[in-house]
Amino acid sequence: MSGFFQALQQKFGGQIQSMAAEREDEIYLLVGDPDIRALAEYLQSEFEAKLVTVFAEDRRSAEGVFFNYYVFERKGDTRYLIVRAPVSADHPEFPSLSAEVPAVNWQEREIQDWFGLKAVGHPNPRRVALHDNWPDVHPLRKDFPLETVLPPFEGERHIYRPALGEGVLQVPVGPVHAGIIEPGHFNFAVAGEPILYLQLRMFYTHKGTEKLFEKLPIHKAVFLAESISGDSSFSHGTAFCQAIERAAQMEIPLRALIMRTILLELERIYNHVADIGAIATDVGFVIANAHASRLKEMLVSLNEQLTGSRLLRGMVCVGGVRRGWDVVQLVSLRSTVDAFASEFQDLIALIDSSESTRDRLEQTGVLRPEKARDLRIVGVAGRASGMDLDARRDHPYAAYGRYSFRVPVYQVGDVSHRMQVRVDEVNESLGIIRSAADESLHGDFRAQVPPIPADRCALSTVEGWRGEIIHWIRTGPDNHLERCKIKDPSLNNWPALVEAVQGNIIADFPVINKSFNLSYSGTDR
Amino acid sequence: MFKIIQKTIATGIVTMSYPAEPAQVSERFRGRPNFDFEKWKDAQPAANVCPTGAISLSDSGDSRRVTVDYGLCVFCGLCAEASSDHAVRITQEFELATPDRRNLVFTAEYTLNPDGTHREPRFVHHRVCDVEAEVEDVGQKAREQIQKLLKRSLAIREVDAGSCNGCELEIVALNNPIHDIERFGIQFVASPRHADMLLVTGPVTRNMELALLKTYRAMPEPKVVVAVGACGISGGIFGENYASLGGVDKVLPVDVYIPGCPPRPQAVLHGILLAVGRLRERLYDERAG
Repeated sequence: MSGFFQALQQKFGGQIQSMAAEREDEIYLLVGDPDIRALAEYLQSEFEAKLVTVFAEDRRSAEGVFFNYYVFERKGDTRYLIVRAPVSADHPEFPSLSAEVPAVNWQEREIQDWFGLKAVGHPNPRRVALHDNWPDVHPLRKDFPLETVLPPFEGERHIYRPALGEGVLQVPVGPVHAGIIEPGHFNFAVAGEPILYLQLRMFYTHKGTEKLFEKLPIHKAVFLAESISGDSSFSHGTAFCQAIERAAQMEIPLRALIMRTILLELERIYNHVADIGAIATDVGFVIANAHASRLKEMLVSLNEQLTGSRLLRGMVCVGGVRRGWDVVQLVSLRSTVDAFASEFQDLIALIDSSESTRDRLEQTGVLRPEKARDLRIVGVAGRASGMDLDARRDHPYAAYGRYSFRVPVYQVGDVSHRMQVRVDEVNESLGIIRSAADESLHGDFRAQVPPIPADRCALSTVEGWRGEIIHWIRTGPDNHLERCKIKDPSLNNWPALVEAVQGNIIADFPVINKSFNLSYSGTDR
Repeated sequence: MFKIIQKTIATGIVTMSYPAEPAQVSERFRGRPNFDFEKWKDAQPAANVCPTGAISLSDSGDSRRVTVDYGLCVFCGLCAEASSDHAVRITQEFELATPDRRNLVFTAEYTLNPDGTHREPRFVHHRVCDVEAEVEDVGQKAREQIQKLLKRSLAIREVDAGSCNGCELEIVALNNPIHDIERFGIQFVASPRHADMLLVTGPVTRNMELALLKTYRAMPEPKVVVAVGACGISGGIFGENYASLGGVDKVLPVDVYIPGCPPRPQAVLHGILLAVGRLRERLYDERAG
């Protein structure tokens, strides 16, 4: 560690002001300038460190400046390196990294919109997180009250780039879609059937979530975390609680860690099996979806028995979990998992037996590995396109260190392989759940929560079923938070959809979109 | 093909018979918290932990008014854990849908002891429920009405006005073979122009306000609006803020409210069937007028 720091000192001199390890796996580096381009380049070339996320914080009242945070990770290292770079309140500007690191394109623009810090040199500096008809406000600045009532909106919500050429036309879809799904606007430019270019307008479901985290006391904020993305309630809830636990340096009882692991995997498989069915439906194989949704119902009923909620809500808490399981619950966990496993094999055999289904899925919606790398696509979509990332293995949490599992990675990147990743992962998850359920589940399931110290920062990661979920917090006085940054995997995966649909026919869009199945609410917050 | 048929036969019929028969729910399921207002010695701990302010207090001098609003409740169960006097108990009840928002609000007034606990209840006001018709009855009536008035088809347009997607999962589940909403002649449709009912989730974000209004206006008369989940009813945990309007009835007239976070599929079904009755009233009004 000190060697690393010396190397940085030698290279960048006074630029690097200090380095602190709040916890062994979370290292903070304070720099003196908002321009971290040279440092990022050096970390990439010398240490193969990859930029995971970037976010901002308004520290004007405490430190007189804003800060940008750049989170790096590298292969085979469980630690995160977090570079903290000041942005002057008088000249709220920072140099953009998006041209070199396209993965942070939306995230830098989000900082522009929500904090009013300009990303200088951004290749596409238009608004992303606020619609164009919003007034000139920056909701995450501390001097913007949560309850502000904005005047009625006027003008265009978003001006789409024109697509010109003979026979080229634009097809607008949304925000209200044909099915029972979340809202967002898609603008397709097509020539005949193939899609030339897709433009996205997201953030229709923006509901002030990150700002609201700064108002709620911590024990209530757990429920807000569960409502970031409804199909990932337990993952987001756990990511949030882990962040608080890390900030307060709490020891969590092993029983709680094992129970969290089981519930995280149950969340993964109920969503995966639903997606497998939905992908089959979108190419007309409806009977497979009937079976898949029946299997999902088996799992959500089990969820209810284990947690009182079909979507696993109201179970995770700061310090562990709210209730233990008795023998009856453990028996139904094991028997449901066994029954599900055998039914799941039947379902996959059914889908495999349908040649027309396979034919529609293969070579459809290809996301090439180079593109996935540039955009740092995470989770299921990333692993189907060569991205060997999985926070359960790379940054272990809960009880994942105790179980062995395989991380499926493919290079093809089509709908078929995004489905295959899900199939493989369901099988791996069943293994994890079985091993975890065989452990002795006795003892405490909830640690006493000490007073949460103020002004502590902590980063927490959970591999949700879609991919890596990151929560970063700064605690404040009286059991409140100063800042809570939420990064849902969907935020950096949407641009992958834009790449994957190019050249495909518009009729295949639903199945391509479903194979990513990104969260609108998780993106928009 | 043979495999498909074989699997279908092996699976058999899985559809449940709710509401003709009571729903089978786990005894662990957290439904409506029941408040024994007569027995309740102190509402303060429950109000302190409630994440959405569904339990609120207003004290003046030696009296206290306690308000419980199921329209805000996210059914977390913290109130029962926090109340040491066993006056708050979690039940498995989920059929909470009502046409009148006020039916979801209960109030009680207490005189207080010097230590802030309740001395005795001065009055207890239960607004529940002039619509407490037998649920089975609701199902039977709705079925008849759908058949007679709507020629066996009720068409629903669903709009997510900023939900977390939790309510959507449970609404989608109504289409699965277990809940199979089509056995009532009810179907979800792609266009508001085909719809009799608008089913809305989410706290209504500023960014979805216009799309929601346009969808409503595109529907032919007569039409009914159903607000789903704590967010749809009241804004839920998001409440009102710079980006959230705090509930569907801030924008549209709502005919039926379905509490839950999210409401389980049977609860959504119950609310939809209740709303069919409202649609019937509308149809007669229109014909008479």
